[in-house]
Amino acid sequence: MVMESLDLEKQQLTKSLTGIQGLDEITKGGLPKGRTTLLSGAAGCGKTVLAMQFIINGATRFDEPGVFMSFEENEKELAENSSSFGIDLQALAVANKISLDYVSFDRSEITESGDYNLDGLFVRLDAAIKSIGAKRVVLDTVEVIFSGLSNAAIIRAELRRLFRWLKDRGITAIVTAEKGPGSFTRYGIEEYASDCVIQLDNVVHDQISNRRLRIIKYRGSSHGTNEYPFLIDEEGFNIMALTSIELNAPAPTRRISTGIKRLDAMLGGQGYYEGSSILLSGTAGTGKTTVSTYAADAACSRGERCLYFAFEESDHQIFRDMRSVGLSLNRWQQKGLLRIEALRPTLLGLEMHLVRIYKQVKEFKPQLVILDPISNLAATGETTEVKIMLTRLLDFLKPQGITVIFTQSATPRQLEQPEMQITSLIDTWITLRDIESNGERNRAINVLKSRGMAHSNQVREYILSDRGFEILDVFTGEDGNLTGSARFAQEDKDAAAKLLGEQKIEQKKRKLEHNRHRMETERIALEAANINSLAEQAKMIAEEVALGDLANTQKSNDARRRGGK
Amino acid sequence: MTRIVSAKNGGAADPAKKTYELCLYIAGASPRSHQAVANVRKLCEDSLSGVCNLKIVDILQQPQAAKDDQIIAVPTLIKKKPMPVRRFIGDMSNKEEILRVLEA
Repeated sequence: MVMESLDLEKQQLTKSLTGIQGLDEITKGGLPKGRTTLLSGAAGCGKTVLAMQFIINGATRFDEPGVFMSFEENEKELAENSSSFGIDLQALAVANKISLDYVSFDRSEITESGDYNLDGLFVRLDAAIKSIGAKRVVLDTVEVIFSGLSNAAIIRAELRRLFRWLKDRGITAIVTAEKGPGSFTRYGIEEYASDCVIQLDNVVHDQISNRRLRIIKYRGSSHGTNEYPFLIDEEGFNIMALTSIELNAPAPTRRISTGIKRLDAMLGGQGYYEGSSILLSGTAGTGKTTVSTYAADAACSRGERCLYFAFEESDHQIFRDMRSVGLSLNRWQQKGLLRIEALRPTLLGLEMHLVRIYKQVKEFKPQLVILDPISNLAATGETTEVKIMLTRLLDFLKPQGITVIFTQSATPRQLEQPEMQITSLIDTWITLRDIESNGERNRAINVLKSRGMAHSNQVREYILSDRGFEILDVFTGEDGNLTGSARFAQEDKDAAAKLLGEQKIEQKKRKLEHNRHRMETERIALEAANINSLAEQAKMIAEEVALGDLANTQKSNDARRRGGK
Repeated sequence: MTRIVSAKNGGAADPAKKTYELCLYIAGASPRSHQAVANVRKLCEDSLSGVCNLKIVDILQQPQAAKDDQIIAVPTLIKKKPMPVRRFIGDMSNKEEILRVLEA
């Protein structure tokens, strides 16, 4: 399979995909097709592994059978080494997808007498290529010929002829060579195989090995020019390729919960920005792991995947610790939403960690990545190296919109001035600290910064209990916010005052009641008195009226008696 | 392991002693190939007459032989018997040297 290069060079250079993780990206499409690439490196750097993968991938994925001509390992050794990567060389050979040819030299048996050439090599290679219709060839490592035969001039001339011969047949080839002092090959063959030169390195630093790959030259094509860390694991080559580190990642806008309601509230009411970087720093035992696992729990509850890299505790420890604060992580692990990778930081170099993380992220595709803690990564490298590593990690994760949480152990002084100077990389920085006052330690959480949102600046007290991570109410006394026993004291005081107040009110209420009662009584009495007097008056009037009537009646009776008749 | 020192009796073979099995590999009909063939034939006739089995293999005609016998440089002359196996590469012009090694 072939990929056209997209650059604006004059010649159209076609490339052959290697199928190796990261290498096709760095080379922008693979190795130059129909040309010879020189792969240089000291013994044990991984040249044979890379070259073999090139052939295997060509045969199995890109429909390009290949010949592997080995000058150091015989067919059996090659098969054994490949099987550790899960590859069955025998089967591929039988299926005519690959052809293995072991060329052996024993200088002690050879006597040179006159001129010769290396036609034997050509004949064998030609036969092998024809037998399977090969499009790819590896010569590993061709410089062995120089130690087998004494006439270097002949050998050089023949190798030059061989590379031209391969080019004439349109074969994409890799030639491996051992790096000499000051040059890429011991015998100077790089002059003839200089369309593309790749160098492998294995530097042991503080007992930890760091493998790196670099493209020295790629004629006719632009390419990544850095040193790229890689590791060789059970799947073969894995290169961490960051080819364009531009600050053009889109700014995320979606907010995700921290898993702790009141912390969400402190973060502008909605929590973290999705795809942002968060640093939880705190002194020992303040609950950083807890806060990060709350975020994991929240992510998994949303159906998102979380990849947790633990550098201090094992996954069992984390599960146990989280159960004690009421978080059950097992269910997420069983559902395949949570993966915990626990590894001692001192086991690998920083770059290896990077490659490992990179590989896991590509495979698991999480939305949230947690590194807990990053503080002891500094033990395996200089602090500037750690910063570089984290920068690269963020450059890799951010464009994919993956949220990252780092936890960091710090001394109280370091909380304000973290050694690693990584806070410029961080979008949200939360500190968890002990506050010492009045002979006791209480814990407080504070959002030091959070880009792009209005966040609380309060230092809020929290407790870790079997009820989980609880941020307590803000308690303001006369002297400001209070925490711990001062808070309790104030709480009691306030309670007492409240009680007193209540009692007073009760008292007043009773008094009021009493008054009203009296008023009522008086009113009734008054009313009664009034009614009585009015009644009296009414009676008197009634009597007068009656008397009047009587008088009138008598008068009229008298009048009748007197004068009527 | 004893071998015939044929120089003494002018190339006459001792029938009780071993025979040399030689195989000369060439690549096609080039001047060098012809030279090598001529040189080796002469060597056999002059110094190893009667005790020399010479086979000539053209690897262009038989490429598998190149792989089987691990031929890289041509011309190559292999003494397969008697042991130990010895290889010579080149046009075989230095006959004295070759003989010395063959008989060593």
